[in-house]
Amino acid sequence: MRNFFDEMHGADGHIRVAYADIAAWLAQTPAATLHAKREEAERLFRRIGITFAVYTEGGDTERLIPFDIIPRVLDAEEWAFLERGLKQRVTALNRFLADVYGPRDIVRAGKLTNEQIDAHPAYCEQMQGVTTPGGVYTHIAGIDLVRTGANEFYVLEDNCRTPSGVSYMLENRSVMMRLFPDLFARIGVEPVARYPQDLLRTLRSVAPTSDEEPCVVVLTPGQFNSAYYEHSFLADEMGVELVEGIDLVVRDKKVYMRTTGGLKRVHVIYRRIDDDFLDPMVFRPDSQLGAFGLMEAYRAGNVALANAPGAGIADDKAIYMHVPEMIRFYLGEEPLLNNVPTWDCANEGALAYVLDHLEELVVKETRGSGGYGMLVGPHSTKKTREAFAKKLRQNPSAYVAQPTLALSTCPTFVADGTAPRHVDLRPFVLSGADGIRIVPGGLTRVALNEGSLVVNSSQGGGTKDTWVLHTRQGGAK
Amino acid sequence: MLARAAESLFWLARYMERMDNLARLIEAAQSMAGVLSETEEWRSALTAAGVEELYDNVYDAVTPDSAARFLCSSPDNPSAIVTCLDFARINARAMRGALTRDMWEAVNQGWLESRQLGSEAFSPARLPDTLDWVRTISTRFSGAYQTTMLRNENYWFVRLGTFLERADNTARILDVKYHLLLPQESSGVGGMLDYYQWTSVLRAVSAVRAYQWVYREEVKPWNVAELLLLRPEMPRSLRACYDAITDCLDQIAAVHGGRRGECHRLAGAIASQLRYGRIGDIFQSGLHEHLTTQIERAAELGDQIAAHYMR
Repeated sequence: MRNFFDEMHGADGHIRVAYADIAAWLAQTPAATLHAKREEAERLFRRIGITFAVYTEGGDTERLIPFDIIPRVLDAEEWAFLERGLKQRVTALNRFLADVYGPRDIVRAGKLTNEQIDAHPAYCEQMQGVTTPGGVYTHIAGIDLVRTGANEFYVLEDNCRTPSGVSYMLENRSVMMRLFPDLFARIGVEPVARYPQDLLRTLRSVAPTSDEEPCVVVLTPGQFNSAYYEHSFLADEMGVELVEGIDLVVRDKKVYMRTTGGLKRVHVIYRRIDDDFLDPMVFRPDSQLGAFGLMEAYRAGNVALANAPGAGIADDKAIYMHVPEMIRFYLGEEPLLNNVPTWDCANEGALAYVLDHLEELVVKETRGSGGYGMLVGPHSTKKTREAFAKKLRQNPSAYVAQPTLALSTCPTFVADGTAPRHVDLRPFVLSGADGIRIVPGGLTRVALNEGSLVVNSSQGGGTKDTWVLHTRQGGAK
Repeated sequence: MLARAAESLFWLARYMERMDNLARLIEAAQSMAGVLSETEEWRSALTAAGVEELYDNVYDAVTPDSAARFLCSSPDNPSAIVTCLDFARINARAMRGALTRDMWEAVNQGWLESRQLGSEAFSPARLPDTLDWVRTISTRFSGAYQTTMLRNENYWFVRLGTFLERADNTARILDVKYHLLLPQESSGVGGMLDYYQWTSVLRAVSAVRAYQWVYREEVKPWNVAELLLLRPEMPRSLRACYDAITDCLDQIAAVHGGRRGECHRLAGAIASQLRYGRIGDIFQSGLHEHLTTQIERAAELGDQIAAHYMR
């Protein structure tokens, strides 16, 4: 058994200061009370209707993501460090996207080739030469972080397209405040409720100049999408319309929505549909989810899209390896947040190494998501490794490999009491023409199965409320 | 607001109201058991709900048990109570952002509970409790929208759906029972059986007490008809419904700078006919004809509203 850093007990078994109040609360609270609170939490989530759809055969398509009532805590100093690192990283990612779709300085500098960019599936040709307000392409980014020690954080993955999960961050907090008002009265926790207003400000900051008050909408694929709850939640919290493709119409390169009073101009679209579905005129012709002519309106600067089409080229697992270099290249700074060492299997030497060390590595599909199609070496059998090696040899450029990280654990309420479970963290970084905003915290995902390192909700993952403590807040009495 | 949102809110309210009216109708049918022919009573409930033909396709005979189940939960009935709740939730979910949280919770909670109902919930013994539960859900929903919605277009479309559906339901119930209310040639008026029959009409729209408060005399058929057609203080009367409908349409028109269309004209015409109508005249020209016209015009008004605001 490997040694994992436990965020409550630290490396030496002493309760860390940030967790002092939580530890005391856990010690005082009878298990029966915690059980009752957990059941109450589940009832609340069901009633509010925070469900997600799972694509499996048969059964109930609306499920709850399990919620753990023990919060995950970060102190003010840890958060300040993460915040600096996140701002730096997302600034560099936006500079990279502006460069890819603009002058391509990074190619001239010899760090990437034109082929690497142009042949990339997430590269969007229609975006070449399009400049965006504030040079922002990924307005809403979700950066997945893991922790391996008291001061060791790694970026596992950047999500620059349409990252989801922020509604869980907000609802987890409101459920926790309802269940444990006394804890919030005692412990100073940074609020997260301003996220929707921050998001609205960010979106408005990139609106095309116009005489009218900018009209922002959220574009959803509809109620059968797995993240529909989040789409409607955000639209509601921002006080803007939640539209579907059929509500939009493009006339004279301007976008309008159909209202009870006729057509109304739309200036900013927070789109939660994939690039391919945005505009049947230039992308998938069979798409009913977008609006015909949308890209023309966008290229004419009459409507803003967040995130920009083609932003996905910055979050691909093969491009990921180059992010530290991007930070140095565009910002002239040393990266604050570590990358996980990554072997690109397209490279022959790397492939040989990966094949030799399958037992200790995590191998992922470059285009995969949701934790599907990956091999977790230490948890694999000889048979699965052999099968995987075969796939790997057939199509090496579809895979990257990383060492199995010793993900930190947090106390989690499980069937037989409180036990450590592995966690990650997805903070949400908002970039507008007027700067970057990050609410303190993010979505903590927890692998509920003992020993599991996979936190994805589709594979036994749950969530926790994430607490960032106020400055000068000790906790220990 | 989005045209699609107006449509979803309008239909959400209609399905919630329809469900509520069905519960009252079934309750009235059940409460007449032992007084009248059960078959007769349940058949008229099926007719009022507009599903008599569908029912006959599935069953050979009308029994209280099968009729109640058909009206409450049969998959063969597209306007069963449980199905109304399904449709209400689909509309609510499609436009969640246009609903307040309290409204959504009222619909979603009801829907979740409906999925826990076993088939014994519709057995004669349990039916009264189940119908109470249905009315709790619709009351919760209307309470939620009355107390939490901004008085903007969203609200007026919800209200519009509620009252158009209610007007339609009241007209249908009256129409099914209209023969009971016609002046009798023979002198049987005033018998115990008549009293129960007229009361059954009132019961189906929860107006037994209201009748007493308004008329303070024994139940008479023309009073019953007047109460349900023309009295403004009776919340399920056509008059009250159309007063509310014209008000909603006026409010919506005001949002759009006074722009009006055929739906406004039609609603106004129906409302003023009810406002200035006399029950004696209605009986003279034919109660059934009057009600048939009302049902047709409610459908026409629904189409006109959709044409003006929802495309």
